[in-house]
Amino acid sequence: MNKHKFEDLDVDKFLAPENQKRSVIAPDGSIVEVDPLKDYFCQDRPEVLKPKNGPVEKFLNWARAESLWVLGFGTGCGSIEIPPLVTPRFDMYRYGVQMRPTPRQSNVFIISGYLSVKTLKRAIRSYEQMPSPKYIIALGSCTINGGMYWDSYNTINRLDHYMPVDVYIAGCMPRPEALLAGFGKLKELIKAGKAEKANEYAENFDWYKANQKKIIKDWNMPDYNW
Amino acid sequence: MDYSITKFLWTLLGLFIVTNWGMLMSSTMRRIGARVSGRIGIPWYQPWVDLVKLYSLRTQLTHGTMFYIGPVFRLMGGVGMFLFLPMVFGNPIWSNYSFSGDLVLILYFQFFGMLGMALGAGEGGQPYSAIGISRGLSQFTTIEVPMTLAVISIAIQYHTLSISEIVAAQQGGITTWTLWTNPLATAAAMLSLLGAFGHSPFNLVKAPNEIPIGPPTEFHGTFLGVLRTNSAILHVAEAALFMNLFFGGATSWFELIIKTFLIYFWSVFVGTVFPRFRIEQSVRWFLKVPTIIGILAIIIFL
Repeated sequence: MNKHKFEDLDVDKFLAPENQKRSVIAPDGSIVEVDPLKDYFCQDRPEVLKPKNGPVEKFLNWARAESLWVLGFGTGCGSIEIPPLVTPRFDMYRYGVQMRPTPRQSNVFIISGYLSVKTLKRAIRSYEQMPSPKYIIALGSCTINGGMYWDSYNTINRLDHYMPVDVYIAGCMPRPEALLAGFGKLKELIKAGKAEKANEYAENFDWYKANQKKIIKDWNMPDYNW
Repeated sequence: MDYSITKFLWTLLGLFIVTNWGMLMSSTMRRIGARVSGRIGIPWYQPWVDLVKLYSLRTQLTHGTMFYIGPVFRLMGGVGMFLFLPMVFGNPIWSNYSFSGDLVLILYFQFFGMLGMALGAGEGGQPYSAIGISRGLSQFTTIEVPMTLAVISIAIQYHTLSISEIVAAQQGGITTWTLWTNPLATAAAMLSLLGAFGHSPFNLVKAPNEIPIGPPTEFHGTFLGVLRTNSAILHVAEAALFMNLFFGGATSWFELIIKTFLIYFWSVFVGTVFPRFRIEQSVRWFLKVPTIIGILAIIIFL
């Protein structure tokens, strides 16, 4: 694995003032050099984590497909389509899909509609904190080409320029049935071993970061949020 | 083979049975809860699938040594409780490693896991964990008050701190159960059990939508898998403790399964009826009625 450190990337011009190197006077009068990105955050880049071989990975993929934990993170109008899924009418628990409140415990991230630039930053942070293997479902036409927000000054148009998407669900808005069908499709992909987008993100890390930094002006976080 | 080795292997088999029964019980109870709210609910095998998935995640992060040891402590709380609890009465193999003062040790193990968890979650550095820990520990302290009073009452009643002897004293039909001979202690303990199992209305510590999932906010993958394994063991062990103390123990695994199911169902039954308390309501509730009942249970036997 080639591990690049932060210095390799051109981060300086995006760096927020509070994250820049500075010297601080300690209580005892000595001067301490502080580099927030080095001292407060883990600097490692994400790595490509190869799947195990043969039947073992098949079994693990089956388990991963049957136990999809969705991050409770709603963006845009599509987040209103998720509550019906946990209530009697659609009941996604039948299919092993459950909601989790924290990115550390979830595998699936539903980008439910348009992403404003401000939310994109939070979405990236949350996505990067999820443990691999992780999957993204993009809900609604806003995530495909911008949809009705195509010429908005404040939203992104193509989600897969910024985050790797496993399954798109088209429509404005897609009904909860469509979302269930999307989960079905995602399960097929996982069981076939084709849902390796987390590795793709690690492989094309520089390209994704360049795209993200082009649009997020106040980049005051590390390059990869472990 | 040496008896001590044989006994150890049988105890491991017992732990295996208890773990799986705990997971099956939790999925069954979640299905019951789902039916009450008009859903179908998770498949019965979902806890096992979740566990395989959690153990097979590719990235695992740590925040330090205590972050590793926290879940292990928690697991030790459940396993320790199981080890010193006689599961099937009258059978030396399934009595595990119970001895004459095991009741006190088991009460300690009940709290031990919580403390380990607090240390581990604290090292995670997530503010939600810290809030969750303070809420969880303050609630659990008040849960312990009626529970301990009930246990003292039983100790006075039977003149012993050995669970096996307490079970032996209850043999001979339903009327000799502590449920009938000491109803006040049973009432206090059954009310504190509602909090110990952590279902609604006392699920304010670990409910997913309450200070995001409380202490385990940072735990993921194998860490969370260990915590889930522990909760399966702990639920059965606690139900078995209450079965031994108040409901005449069990003379076979079948009886144990029926009784632990019903004891666990009691907390789920209450949980599906009542909405969630806030922390100050929960703490006050445990310190009022259950504590008073517990004190009365002691006064009667003095």
